[in-house]
Amino acid sequence: MSDRPLSPHIQVYRPQITSILSIFHRLTGLTLGAGTLLLAWWLISAAIGPDAHADAQWFWSSWIGRLVLLGFTFSLFYHLCNGIRHLFWDMGMGFDLKTLHATGWLVLAAASGLTVLAWIVGYAVGG
Amino acid sequence: MRTALGRVRGLGSAKEGTHHWWMQRLTAIALIPLTLWFAISLIWLTGAEHADVVAWLGAPIPGALMLLLIGAGFYHLKLGVQVVVEDYVHAEALKVACLIVNSFGCIVLALASALAVLSVMLGG
Repeated sequence: MSDRPLSPHIQVYRPQITSILSIFHRLTGLTLGAGTLLLAWWLISAAIGPDAHADAQWFWSSWIGRLVLLGFTFSLFYHLCNGIRHLFWDMGMGFDLKTLHATGWLVLAAASGLTVLAWIVGYAVGG
Repeated sequence: MRTALGRVRGLGSAKEGTHHWWMQRLTAIALIPLTLWFAISLIWLTGAEHADVVAWLGAPIPGALMLLLIGAGFYHLKLGVQVVVEDYVHAEALKVACLIVNSFGCIVLALASALAVLSVMLGG
């Protein structure tokens, strides 16, 4: 790094829903990337047999497994909903500030709602 | 004589034009129905025994959809992590190392997952 002045960086800006959700899109994407390790483990354990599958199932049933799964559920729904928001931007739609803020809150509400719904149904199905 | 398309091909910092951008969108669109199906399936499989999981995954449609999810998902992951690395890792050697680990890691995980699904589909 040289001693030349740098342009203002992230810490000088007031946090806003636009920037926070944008960072959150990347974070949830990386989280889901880490989650693919567990997806691979689940699929491979199903292929290996009942014992390996029981080990994986034991982890998912533990409180830490459930906590991890809750994080992945929200990450998946958030990345999905905000990804759809991104696809609308790619078509040149929804760029004015009012719409931008409204769709941002909509994404947060939808991701939270879907997460809660998924867990209620999951507990109703299998406990 | 060069066409407009010929002039833009191979441009941009990665010398690949819009290919990366387009594949990221294409896989994103594919992943909308696939992840919804996957989420609903996992909820439905909550607490399922091994035999139930194998019977479900071994059936043609769930097995095929899982293979599509693996293909589109790991491709999308590889492209996404690549952008994050290119944005935030500035030391050239470390950046290239991260990009290689990203590519190899995604390919190995995708292959392992797909082989597991195929093994279940073909009856172990």
